[in-house]
Parts: sequence; structure tokens; C-alpha cells
Amino acid sequence: MRRTLRFILGEELIEIAACDPTLTVLDWLRLERRLTGSKEGCAEGDCGACTVVVGRLDRGRLRYEAINACIRFLPTLEGCHLLTVEHLKAADGGLHPVQQALVTHHGSQCGFCTPGIVMSLFALWLNEAAPDVARIEDALAGNLCRCTGYQPIIAAALALYRGGRPQERLAQAEAAIAARLAELADGETLVLGEAGRSFHAPVTQAALAELVMQHPDAILVAGATDVGLWVTKGMQIPPAILYLGRCEEMRSIVDTGDTLRFGAMANHGDVRAALAALSPQLDELMRRFGGEQVRNAGTIGGNIANGSPIGDLPPALIALGARLLLRSGTGLREIALEDFFLDYRKQDRRKGEFVSEIIVPKPPADALFHVSKISKRFDEDISALCAAFFLRIDAEGRILEARLAYGGMAGIPKRAAAAEAALRGRVWDEAAVDAAIARLPADFTPLSDMRASAGYRLTVAGNLLRRFLIETREPATATRVAGLLVEAAHG
Amino acid sequence: MADGLAQDAAAATEPQEGPVGRGSKHDSAPKHVAGEALYIDDLPEPAGLAHACLGLSTIAHGRLVSLDLAAVEAAPGVLGLVTAADIPGVNDISSTHRHDEPIFATDRIMHHGQPLFAVVARTRAQARQAALLARAVYEEAAPVLDVAAARAAGGELVTEPLKLERGDVSAALQASPRRLKAAMTIGGQDHFYLESQIALAIPGEDEDMLVLSSTQHPSEVQHMVAQVLGVGSHAVTVEVRRMGGGFGGKETQSNLFAVVAALAARKLRRAVKLRPDRDDDMIITGKRHDFVCDYEIGFDDDGHILAVDAVYAARCGWNADLSGPVTDRALFHADNCYFYPAVRLRSEPLRTHTVSNTAFRGFGGPQGMVGAERFIEEVAFATGLDPLEVRRRNLYGGENRDITPYHQRVEDMIAGEVMAQLERDCDYRARREAIAAFNRESRIVKRGLALTPVKFGISFTATWYNQAGALVHVYTDGTIALNHGGTEMGQGLYVKVAQVVAQAFGVGLDQVKITATTTGKVPNTSATAASSGSDLNGMAALDACETIKARLVAFAARHWQESPEAIRFRQGHVQVGGREIAFVDLVKAAYVARTQLSATGFYATPKINWDRKAGRGHPFYYFAYGAAATEVAIDTLTGEYKVERTDILHDCGTSLNPAIDIGQIEGGFVQGMGWLTTEELVFDDKGRLRTHAPSTYKIPVASDRPRIFNVALLQNAPNREPTIHRSKAVGEPPLMLAISVLHALSDAVASLGGHRICPRLDAPATPERVLAAVERVRAEALAG
Repeated sequence: MRRTLRFILGEELIEIAACDPTLTVLDWLRLERRLTGSKEGCAEGDCGACTVVVGRLDRGRLRYEAINACIRFLPTLEGCHLLTVEHLKAADGGLHPVQQALVTHHGSQCGFCTPGIVMSLFALWLNEAAPDVARIEDALAGNLCRCTGYQPIIAAALALYRGGRPQERLAQAEAAIAARLAELADGETLVLGEAGRSFHAPVTQAALAELVMQHPDAILVAGATDVGLWVTKGMQIPPAILYLGRCEEMRSIVDTGDTLRFGAMANHGDVRAALAALSPQLDELMRRFGGEQVRNAGTIGGNIANGSPIGDLPPALIALGARLLLRSGTGLREIALEDFFLDYRKQDRRKGEFVSEIIVPKPPADALFHVSKISKRFDEDISALCAAFFLRIDAEGRILEARLAYGGMAGIPKRAAAAEAALRGRVWDEAAVDAAIARLPADFTPLSDMRASAGYRLTVAGNLLRRFLIETREPATATRVAGLLVEAAHG
Repeated sequence: MADGLAQDAAAATEPQEGPVGRGSKHDSAPKHVAGEALYIDDLPEPAGLAHACLGLSTIAHGRLVSLDLAAVEAAPGVLGLVTAADIPGVNDISSTHRHDEPIFATDRIMHHGQPLFAVVARTRAQARQAALLARAVYEEAAPVLDVAAARAAGGELVTEPLKLERGDVSAALQASPRRLKAAMTIGGQDHFYLESQIALAIPGEDEDMLVLSSTQHPSEVQHMVAQVLGVGSHAVTVEVRRMGGGFGGKETQSNLFAVVAALAARKLRRAVKLRPDRDDDMIITGKRHDFVCDYEIGFDDDGHILAVDAVYAARCGWNADLSGPVTDRALFHADNCYFYPAVRLRSEPLRTHTVSNTAFRGFGGPQGMVGAERFIEEVAFATGLDPLEVRRRNLYGGENRDITPYHQRVEDMIAGEVMAQLERDCDYRARREAIAAFNRESRIVKRGLALTPVKFGISFTATWYNQAGALVHVYTDGTIALNHGGTEMGQGLYVKVAQVVAQAFGVGLDQVKITATTTGKVPNTSATAASSGSDLNGMAALDACETIKARLVAFAARHWQESPEAIRFRQGHVQVGGREIAFVDLVKAAYVARTQLSATGFYATPKINWDRKAGRGHPFYYFAYGAAATEVAIDTLTGEYKVERTDILHDCGTSLNPAIDIGQIEGGFVQGMGWLTTEELVFDDKGRLRTHAPSTYKIPVASDRPRIFNVALLQNAPNREPTIHRSKAVGEPPLMLAISVLHALSDAVASLGGHRICPRLDAPATPERVLAAVERVRAEALAG
């Protein structure tokens, strides 16, 4: 057990013995360190003005990621390397190539979003040698700019790579930091506290299991992409936090041949890579998951355990027949993912239990699978509704098995049982789709809210079945207008 | 090309000497990218700084029966409270002096999120926590939330409506071969400046108060703070170096935050900062006005509009604010580029129990223009003509076809030429055919294309605002300090004016230091608004430069025994007869000879006048033009869409800085596209804004910008009026180029009905609205 938080800020080793467990990285930077380059635009991880880059050792390899400092709690930086816009200039005061490109291409107007854009592009520059326009747009999906219309920013990003990257120098600098971080990784559980509040960050799942038993009411924090808002927007002061982010074993993704087993702490970026192999539509679903900063922080376990009715992953995973492994002490309990969601914001997670693994069966080669996410804005938006369909069809062309899972249609992610029943045994054709659509009102009474009306949700829930039919029966017919599935066609 | 476009063409193509006309980078760009540009929240904090947070009403309409703040006051870190009782001056910040905008509600609650009090604490977090502990008791009443409800409740207005009329509309409608009547709903828009509202007030001796405010209108903040504190304006200094975006949202809406910070600073005798959380900012502050436009139009089979009778009703919110001039400007742009032989336009500025809607880039003009383009579309689908053809047939121009509904003659009309050039450049005809072919083959995805023009009137319609001041100092080392009344919100005003000054003295841009806007240096300024910043401040700064230059010339003529005509300020030196003298040497010599090297400058826009009662005059000094062609693809199963391509040709006159101007055009277009597509303000039935943060309110992201995005400035088209270096204002006009997106979407939907049924696609055209239009057109086409 260690009672001092340790991380590296730029070149400097930071050691903090006592701190508010939910102090955000942004407030610490701006208020304590007076590093005011990182801005607060929204305090909810949606605008990216606060973007910083965090390096961490991931199974021995140093990995740099852009994250939102506004909803990241400072103690979760344990063992990490934090870089802000203030760290980018060269020792001689010269601008970093990312910064220079933005100046050259007139990529800033009011300048308030600019530090965040610089940091998102800096993370991209560290990690990727030749991103295309679509990839750059993706990397910036979590950065709002209200002035430029993004055109000069994209131009700057493209130009940046024409100059090449000093690979060797980067590798040297990274090796030095990796060595320092390795020294900090002492395997001790970090315990911090102040004024009756506690923060525990264990390093092993076993230690975590014990802590969950000891603190059954503690809030389990993974990427904090939702819990962060409980603090910044809900003004909550959680008394006890268990942070899972240091449990490396829980980040594993294992391919067993017929299943993919995801540790609950696998982040969305890694989950995307694994799921992309199953279906390009899953790849696209994961691409559209929040902004890059959220995908870097957020985890598959968090997205499920959070229990949101509009989480992007559960419908797809339910349609695939995913199962959940819950751990309590040393005990394990396996349930179907769809049974985990009991009611609005209520899950089948018992006291002392936590989500340990998600087991996703790979769809058989003959299965038909479909995912669609519908949102007001195409990228970086929360689903108005999300639909995932899984069909198996027998030799006679009749539907043997149907799983139609929807998000945004009820208080929980839910299967359309009546519509599924209407499909079973029928030939997969327009009449079958009509029959299923006719049953959707029996399955769902969706709400009207700021994302969509009930009527739109129900209509589109049905129309997505039509899209599914067309995509499986007439693959040459265009059915989508934006995103990865279309960009491929545009070249 | 018309004469006007060719005139001065030779001059404009001469190699440009000096900084004006160059694409200089934004003066702050290197600081922006390094995180070194300081916004108010970044400044070193004065010792003992305290933080304020506003306590807000949780109902939209009713009476405040009691307000118990004991728990607030007792909360950790709290230093004090500010309520209406603490106001030494007036509890009102109405920018139009109507006394309808209390700082703190004391009795009537007029919108959800209305400030009731402020709490001041040692930290911002403590202030926010404490504010939640207030216990308010209300007598709740049903809120009136939109245009329809306001009309049903009797149609109370926040300010006097306007009527513009020309010709006998009733007779013209009667005489029209065809007429139709319908309505259009146009949504509002949140500014979503990335830097939320903020003010830092620092009390001084006597009654002095220094307020650092993120505001487009320092003089108004100064006057409001003085009025609220009950002191003279001379005791209050307001300063702003830069804003993290404004877009009109910091023209009047910054007043509240500034006066509350100042009140708290006065009461607690310490510096106080007030920076609302994003959600609070969006819940408290006004936005772009939502409109309902009811229209009746008369036209003929050839697509000529013969009469327009329209009412523009606006959701103004709980007080007048700028709703008068905003709804006026909607009427001023209900013609866009089109001549209406007979016209009657009326505004209906309605009071609702929502935030008080305010200035937003375009200031009502965009809503007026969206209406005009709907009229065109109605005629096109009714007659079966291509909408572009209908647009062309109705353009201003020709005998007796150049009078606006407000009786100003359109003297500089170039929209037709701009449209023609763009039509050629973007290959409109061929693409139109390609799209028709595509739509015949493609069952689910449909494409649409629209080319729409913009004509935007430049000048404040409140004529007295069309004035500006500047202050220029030349120091003995030859460096120059520039100050003017305009504020920098990202639009590049500072660098443009600095270019003007550097050009005037023949020095490099790096010799001019741009200093923060402050009421202590240039007084009685107008808001940086109405796209007027560089027109007004550029001229005022030039005036100051000319004063100093005249003194330098007089001195040099004396000193070197040359005639004043023989003295020229060239780039890098001063030509005095046969001599070449370095600027700094001239300045030093002039100083030693006791020459004043500092001057103020002033400018008032000529030619303009406006009689609002009569609805006649010449409110605009000139018009700025542009056109955009946009192609979209829509998914008829979900209503999802993508902007595939946009081509823009825009008129900046002779651009002061093409790089900055192109930035304004691209940014304005994308912002306008957000307004017309994904940005939707949703109030629930209790009047609570449900879209109060970026998680729910969706402005465009990088991937939303057009897949192909070509932007060009109209060349060889100097302003026909003698504006600063013959440039044109650029802040607002490009926003309306985005109307092409709405019409491209509509065009794609219309393909389902053979382009004979008007989709009547309202704004914002969310995927949900697009799908509804798809279903309506399909149903009508089936019904035949």
C-alpha cells in the first residue's frame, strides 16, 4: 500500500500525499499549477478544449492517448506521464510542428479550442505516421471548434505529415519516460484520502475484488467518462472511489477461437480493433463512440455496468449473444448480458460484485448481422436509437434464430421479443420485415426527448429492419450516407 | 460582368505594397497554439480573489414567494451573498432602457434559470455547491414557451413591431395568377462560444471599479456597471483583450455577469470572478431567435413573384433585449436578393417565458432570408421550374426593379454575376443532371443540389451606432501602439486594423502593438457587431494615423525645406524629396522638435438614415454579396444526411486580409449549417432547456463540414463605397450561405415527388425532420 500519488508532469516527478479524490486533472493544472493553456469549455468531456495527453505503460509498452482533463480525476494519473500544451514547444522556444502547422494554415480564430486541438493532433502525430482525412476527422471528433469550420485545421493536420516525423528522437524520448514510469510501477495499491473521503487504486484483480467486498458502496471508476459528470455537473461528492484503471490484467482481450473475451477495462479503442474483425459495422459503431478522448478513457465494462439505456455497446453485444462474468471475492457468476439490465438504471449487480469479463461469441459464418446507430449529429453524439440484429437462416431460407436488440427504445437496452417471434420460421424477405415491424409497438413504447420523438424512434426502429434486409439481399444498393461504411466507397 | 466588377480592376491587380491585402496570420495565432493567449480566466488572480455563482430559479413562470438563503450563507467557504437588496443603483440591465431586465428576480419569475441571487465563496467549487442550498418557494404559473402559445395567450409583444410596405399587396395578391399561403418554422441557436461568459471585477479606491469582461460591448458593460453601482461611468473601466468566441452572444449577455461580479466586489471589497458553468451559461443566456414565418405569395406561371405578404413572429423570451432590432433586421432581409413588386412585411416580437433571445451573427437577417428562400422554393415547385431559375428571374435589377421593401435603392447589386460565376465554376448544370440520373437509380439514398445567394445589408440599423474611435501612439523608437473600440473575438479585427495602421505609416506589421480594448482609452464605443468592426475601427484608426502623419509631414517639410507633397510614407522608410529617411529617424527628429506623436481618430458612416415609423430610408451603407452551391445525400429510411460538396463565391470587396476573410467564410458557413441542421433547442413543457450542454446540443464537428469544400473570394470587385481600402464587411454575411444546405436537403426530398411538391422542410433540418418531410412528400405524391 502506498499513500502518495506519483506521476510525471512534463519532466517533473509529481508526488501528492493528500488530495481530493475527485479533483479533476484540469482544475489541478489550472488552479494549483497555474498551467492555464488547457481550457474548460464544457466540463463534461464533449468539447475537447481541455484535451491533454497521458502516457501510460500498457503491458510494458508506453502508450500515449488524448483524454479530457475536465472529467479525469487526478489520482487516476498514478504512474502516468502527463503532457499539456505547455510542454510542446522546443527548448529554444520554437513551436512544435503541430503548433506551427496550425499557425501556417490559419487554424485558430478565437483560439480557445486551439490548445485542445493541438493536443489531439499531437497524440495522433505521436501514434500514427500517415493518417488520412477520415482518420484526422476521427481524431478530432471530440474537439469542437465554433470559429473555423475545421477546414484549416484539417489542412494543417494533413500538411503536418508531409514533413515526416523524427521517429528516432521520439523513440528515444519515449524510452526514457518508459523507464521512469517503470520505476514508479511498484505494484502497490494506491490509497489516498482527505476529509473522510477515500480513493483506492489496486493493481491486481484479486486486490480489487477484496476492496469491493470491503467497500461495497464505493463507486467503481474505470474511465470516469460518466462518473466525471456526476462530480462536475451533478455536484456529487462521492465518499469512496475504487479505481480500476491500474488493473492491467482486466484490459486483456483474448480470442478463444469461437469467442472474444474482453476484460472489463479494455478501452473502446482496443475493443474496436477486436470487434472490427467480426463486422465492419461494429468497427463503424465503435468509431462513432464518443470522441477519441472518450474512446481512450472509456471501457467496455464501464459502458455496460453504467446501465445507461442509450449505451452504444449493449445492443450490439446482446444481439451477438454476449455473456457477462461478474466477480465477487473469488466467486464468479456468468449471466447473459441482456439479463443484466433489470430496469432503468438498475442492474443485476449484487453487493460486492463487479463486472470482470465480457464474453462475446463470434457470429457463425452463415449468420446475418447488422448494427445501426442513429443520432442527431453523425459523429460524437449519443444515440437517439441504436439497433443490432442477428439472424440465422436455415437451408430452406427460413429464419431459425433472430435477435433484435435496441437501445434508446426503452429504459434499458432490450430485445424486441414480439418482432423476433414474428420473424422466426419465415423467409427473410419484405413480408417478414413488415410482420416484424408490425410487432414493434408491442415491444416498445419509446419516449420523446431532446434526441428524438417517440414516433421517429419507432419508425426508424422499423426502417432499420428494412435497411438490414436491403443490405443482406441487395448489397449493391446504397443505404448509408456517411461514415466509414461510405468513405470506403468514396476512396 | 457588370461595370462595377471591372472598375478599379487594374488598380486591384497591381502588386500590393504593404501589409493591407496580405493574408497575414491572426496576431495571436502563435499564442493560441502554445496555450499562451490569455483569456480572463487565465490571468494571474488578484490576492484574495473570491468566486461568485448565480442561484437560479427552478421554474419558468410564476412568483417568488420566499427565498431562504440561510443554508447558502452557512456553507463552507462562503464569504457573502448578493441579492437585489444589495444593489446601490438600479436593479435593471435592459440594454434598450426598458426596465424589463432585473439582474435578480424579486417577485415575478420569467424564465427557468433566471438569477435570484449570487453567492460568493473562496473557491468556485464552494460557490457552486453553496448555490444549490437555496430554498425558494414559488407560486407557479403555466409558462408560455413558443410562438404558437404566445399567440394563443394574446400575443404580448416585448417591443414595438415593424411594418415594411410597398405597393398595394392585397390588390397584387388578388391580381396574381397563382397564390399560396403557408408557414415555416425556423429554430433558434445557441452561440456556443467555447469560452463561456466571464467577468472579473477589481474594486479600486473611491468608487472605482475595473471590470475584465468577455464582452463585445465594453462601453455598455461600463454603463451598466455604473448604473447598477450608482456611480458615474468615469469610475468604471472595462477591458477585454480577447474573447474565446462571441458571435453576438456577448453583445448584451455579458452585462449580467459583469454587473454581478462588480456588485459582489463592491460589497465584499475584494476582487470577484464570475464564470458560470457551461450548463448555467446556456440556461441563463439568450440565443438566436426562433421564428414562425406565415406567408402568402402571389406569382405567375413563369415563376415571377408578384406579391409577398409575410408575418415574422419571433420567440423573444422574457424581455426586449435586442429583439426590436433583430426582428427589424429579419424584415430587412425577407427580400434577400429578390424584387417583390408589392410587399408587406410585419414583425411580431412575442414575449415568452424563456431566455431572452438576443444578437447572433446575422441578427435576424438569416431568419428573414430563410423565409425569402422558402418563397422561391414554393414558386419553383408550384411551377416546375428549377429553383435556381426562379431565383434568377426574381433578382433585383432592371427598370424599377431595384427598390427594397424599406424603400432603399439597391445600387450595388452583383448577386446575379456572383451566381452566374458560381454556377459555371461548380458545374451546376451537369451535376444537376447527374443527380437526377443518380436519383432515378438509387432507391434509398437520394441526392440534392441547391445554389442560393446572399445579399446582406451593412450598417447598424440604429444609425447612431455607426461611429468608432481609435487612439494611436507613435513612440520615439518608431514602435506604434494601437487601440480602438472594436473587440477581438477571433474574427481577426485586431490584425486587420493593425494592417491598416502599418500600411499608413509604411512600417512592418511587427512594429504595431495591438492593445486590449478598454473604455479608458477609447470611450463611448459601439458594440463590435453587425459585421462593422473593420469598417468602423479601420477607418477611425486610419483617421488617427492621418492626423499624426500630417504632423510628421508638416515637421519634415519645415525641417528639410521640402514641399509637403514631396513627402511619402513608403514601405520601410519615408521619402522626403530626394532623401530616404528611416521612419524611426523621422519620429525621433519630430519628437525633438516637439511634435505630438499621439492622436485620436474618429469615423461616422456617411449616407445612412432610417425612419422606422415610416418604414423608409437608407439604413445600409452598402450590401455584401455571396452565393453557395451545396450538394447533399439523404437516407430516406432514417433521414440521415451528408453534405457532399459546397462551393462558395463570396464578395469581400477588396479584401484587407484574404486569409482572415476566408476563415470567416468557412467558419460562418459551417456555423450556419449547424443552425439549419443539427443544432436544436429543446425546451420541455415546464420551460426547462433540455439541450444545455454539448452532450445534448450538437454543433458541427470536423466530419460534418462538406466533404468537398471550395471557397473563393470574388476578385476585382472593390466596394463601390469608399470604405476602408474598398473592403467589405465579412463577419455575418457568410453564415447565410448555409441556406444552400437546407435547400439541397429539400431538393433531395423533393425528388421523391418529382420536384412538384414543396417539402416545406423546416429548420433545423434534423434527421427526424428530413424523414418527416420524406414521408409527407411520398404520401402527397401517392395521393396525387
